[in-house]
Amino acid sequence: MATQLSLDAVCACSENVVARTIEGEVVLIPLIAGIGDEEDELYTLNETGQAIWQKLDGKKTLKEVAVSLAEVFDGPASELEADVLGFASELTKRGILVAK
Amino acid sequence: MTQKTYVVQRGRDQGLPWKGARPRLEQLDVELTERCNNDCIHCCINRPANDAVARAGEMTTEQIRDLLRQAADLGCLQVRFTGGEPLLRHDFQELYIYARRLGLKVLLFTNACLITPGLADLFQRMPPLIEIEVTVYGMHRESYEAVTRIPGSFAQFQRGLNLLLERNVPFVVKWVVLPQNKHEMVEFEVWAGTIPAMTRPPSYVMSLDLRNRRDDEEKNVCIQSLRLTPHESLAILTRDVAEYKQSMEAFASRFMGPSGDRLFSCGVGCSLCIDAYGRAQPCMGLRASEWTVNLNPDLKSVREEDSFSSVSVPGMRPECAGLEDALSQFSRLYDLCTTNPEYLRRCARCFLKGLCEQCPAKSWTEHGTIDTPVAYLCETAHVQARYIGWLGKNEYGWEVMNWQERISVQHSIR
Repeated sequence: MATQLSLDAVCACSENVVARTIEGEVVLIPLIAGIGDEEDELYTLNETGQAIWQKLDGKKTLKEVAVSLAEVFDGPASELEADVLGFASELTKRGILVAK
Repeated sequence: MTQKTYVVQRGRDQGLPWKGARPRLEQLDVELTERCNNDCIHCCINRPANDAVARAGEMTTEQIRDLLRQAADLGCLQVRFTGGEPLLRHDFQELYIYARRLGLKVLLFTNACLITPGLADLFQRMPPLIEIEVTVYGMHRESYEAVTRIPGSFAQFQRGLNLLLERNVPFVVKWVVLPQNKHEMVEFEVWAGTIPAMTRPPSYVMSLDLRNRRDDEEKNVCIQSLRLTPHESLAILTRDVAEYKQSMEAFASRFMGPSGDRLFSCGVGCSLCIDAYGRAQPCMGLRASEWTVNLNPDLKSVREEDSFSSVSVPGMRPECAGLEDALSQFSRLYDLCTTNPEYLRRCARCFLKGLCEQCPAKSWTEHGTIDTPVAYLCETAHVQARYIGWLGKNEYGWEVMNWQERISVQHSIR
């Protein structure tokens, strides 16, 4: 049962996923069965997702990630926090990120 | 920057939308060994499983790991493990896990005979991310083993497939059409349709290659005797005339037209094949020593005085520093043109390019040159073109100037 993430959570890439950057594109490649809906699926990120991914270092809280994104993105802090939380929730649900 | 979803799923058919440049290396083929547990009558590469000389010359585990690392660094997303029979290598599992941990999809070409419960468990736990491709030689022991020439191989093959099926490991099957099994094709198709991952019709190997290393004249005679005639190939292709017609109409507009004097119309320079001993080849079929480069420092240079070709590439060196260097060398092949008058008279002007398998690799295995027309392939293409209505009875593809009109709908199969 997945728990609700909060902005205090620290997230990192699951050891069951290989994250590669190919020609500037983040590609997430499942290592074990059950990550994707289909056995042969890979994942890429949209522009927002890619920006958030680059800031996730397994040390910063999600709130700190949102703060660091404010240096490069305009917009209210609440929107950035909502994006970071939404991103982390989506990837945690898929088993790509794990909350530490 | 609020958005609802951040992740894009990329299934098998969607590919990856590279926003900028494509990766330097898109696919790496690695022949883990030329040895095989089977001894197929038609095989273009196999050596005996216990061939000590071949085994001693094969790349070490660390050498292959190094190649896989280099491939990943060049942006490669998929490695094909083939052979011979790749599962003969004692370190196969280690190499497979290593490739997957680098973030590579693994395409495995196998006869399935050596799949063990442990290996099937591994494929279930850590999927290759692309269906395993299993070659099938017959639907019954008699036909299967008439091809493989190994008693007990049919039972091994069945056991291997069952291990995959029990674990829902996706695999597809392909069929080598031979005199020993061609009467079983319908049975094969019905069975293939029951395999969960077979969402498309099975593929067929119909044009048998001669020995890729040009190392066995006696076997080449045997392979030639096993080939389907052009009319037999046509009969297989046109079992469903409506489907064939539809596919050819779509195919014609994209792939027909004279190729000119440029020899390589494939993706040469974008992918690489490494043979079992550490030589990089432009593709799996082109093994001429003058067209390969050596990646293995333990291997003596194999560039022999066998330059039968009428073309050469300035700057091709027998040794190279790594995969990137090999790619750079092979990318020069793309602009390579021939001066062979026979090729220029026929192939360069023939609009049947898309029907004909003529290429430098096929030319080399047949003739030892990369630019000699291969009669068997030429005849096969012409028989199809005459059936479709693109050519008259005694007409040749290189004689037709108005080929665009020929491939238009009004000339297609009636």
